[in-house]
Amino acid sequence: MAKVYTSAVIPAPATAVWSIVRDFNALPNWTPFVADSRIEQNKSPDQIGCVRNFHLKDGGRIRERLLALSDYEMSFEYSILESPMSVDNYVATFRLIPVTDLDHTFAEWTAEFDAAPEREDGLVQSIGQSVFAAGLAALKARFAR
Amino acid sequence: MPIDELWAILRDFNSHALWHPAVAASAIEAQEAADQVGAVRSFRLKDGSRIREQLLFLSDLKRTFGYCILEAPALLRDYVAVVRLRPVTSENSCFWDWRASFNPPDAERDRLTRFVRDDIIEAGFAGMREFLRSGRTVDLRQAMTAPAARAGAEAVEIVLTRYGGPEVLQPRIARIKEPGAGEARIRQTAVGVNFIDVYCRRGSFDLVAPGGVLGMEAAGVVESVGANITNIRPGDRVAYACAPPGAYASMRTMRADFLVRLPEALAEVDAAGLLLKGMTAGFLLHDVAQARPGSTILVHAAAGGVGQILCRWAKALGATVIGTTSSEAKTQPARSAGCDAVLVYGDEDLVTAVRRLTSGRGVDIVYDAVGRDTFEQSVACLAPRGHLVSFGQASGDVGAHSIDRLASRSATLSRPNYVHYTDTPEKIRAQSDRLFEALKGGAVVAARPRTFSLAQAAQAHAELEGRRTTGSLVLIP
Repeated sequence: MAKVYTSAVIPAPATAVWSIVRDFNALPNWTPFVADSRIEQNKSPDQIGCVRNFHLKDGGRIRERLLALSDYEMSFEYSILESPMSVDNYVATFRLIPVTDLDHTFAEWTAEFDAAPEREDGLVQSIGQSVFAAGLAALKARFAR
Repeated sequence: MPIDELWAILRDFNSHALWHPAVAASAIEAQEAADQVGAVRSFRLKDGSRIREQLLFLSDLKRTFGYCILEAPALLRDYVAVVRLRPVTSENSCFWDWRASFNPPDAERDRLTRFVRDDIIEAGFAGMREFLRSGRTVDLRQAMTAPAARAGAEAVEIVLTRYGGPEVLQPRIARIKEPGAGEARIRQTAVGVNFIDVYCRRGSFDLVAPGGVLGMEAAGVVESVGANITNIRPGDRVAYACAPPGAYASMRTMRADFLVRLPEALAEVDAAGLLLKGMTAGFLLHDVAQARPGSTILVHAAAGGVGQILCRWAKALGATVIGTTSSEAKTQPARSAGCDAVLVYGDEDLVTAVRRLTSGRGVDIVYDAVGRDTFEQSVACLAPRGHLVSFGQASGDVGAHSIDRLASRSATLSRPNYVHYTDTPEKIRAQSDRLFEALKGGAVVAARPRTFSLAQAAQAHAELEGRRTTGSLVLIP
């Protein structure tokens, strides 16, 4: 079982960040690496079980299922159904925690998955840096004052 | 129960209407999905109070969801509840954890804590056990796993699983098709319960096959119409009382020309308790036999739904009305409905009593929907050239009788079937116009029916058959 852990402090109130990332169909709006996204079967992006189907700017196609969404804890979880990365049992969690003294937001983006042992380190590196860290950096930049 | 099976029910934020005993009816607002975070369920408890709750989180991974109260009559401030299922691996079952937190005023802390614990959570556990035992879950799961893209609107309907007792009636979730040419889709707000539904349920009539939906009568609001509809528009308040059955549902698509537009003054719940019974009384008094000034009539089950209407209307037509009831308690409603005399079964021999009240002559018309238990006495109560109108069999099939006995009174026997008086738009129009006219003139009054939730259809049937009711019964989807 490989694990990826990334986090960042976003210079904005948690509710402001949440209003952007809560939309399971909004990756093209806030990440630098997603070209387009749609929710399959005409479901709403906050309906548990809905599937987002998106293209990366490098051309790869990924399908992910929303497993959990909490407006209470400002978190969501999803699994990968199809991707070019050859990972199994991939479950990722995105969570926001208010940093109350600055009115900023602590954001965590983590994942667990299975892969061939010799590929694990490379995947942890690429998912952690090219995807999660890049996404969090884009959020930081968006709210930079 | 395996965890995934229970979770399939619980994760539907609107399913509590099916299994929680305190919930009478529930709907998700704004046509959102029942597993959409942020969705609001608006529901009515059986005590009549209204509550709105919002889904805060839902996780298929951890099999948990949480919700808060937006509006409730009780002082449940900051109420947040969390439901979580955990697998019990040793026996392929699950542990259901359901907890709530809230901020009660100090003086109410103990009472509200007990209320939440006993009447919401513990009652919910017990209700779910009962729901699972009842076997009604199968249809629900089928409905849930069916493709999401099917056309039509989602509704709850009560299905006849097989012929038999009240327990054969079970709720299921269905898709109600878009109205085609000549059709309308109605959001039903009140569904009438009639004895004809019981006959259909028992299999005495073959109007409904197992797997079908009972019910001949409902009222509501037109939701949409198909092509070629001129008599009604979306938003119109309407009702119907006719074949084919299928009224036990929260929504229905049917022929638009069978719909009757409701008079302003008639509430939908009252219309659902009145239309079929009132049109029945109308044709029984005018078309099947003629109640006239000076005629004496006997109405069995005079405190019942049709009985009360028959008595009042016959009285307004100038007849003298003798009613019968199954208990002393029911004599009051029968008297209020206009009976000149009320006889209780078992108090005195019915035939002797009727002879006494009619100076030995007997009555001109007997309206008998009791059937087996009263048929012979009804014949014996007739005056010469009297007319026995046998229009039901609440106590059981009338069975075989010799017509020779009718000769001693030159009696007429009618066995009318509602369907034959209401099977064309023209007949329905004539019957409903006559009823609404009588309503306006006071010969008919729309009494407030006794209400049950749609999911309690079986209970309503049991009450009706158990002779425990007076007046009309209505199911509220």
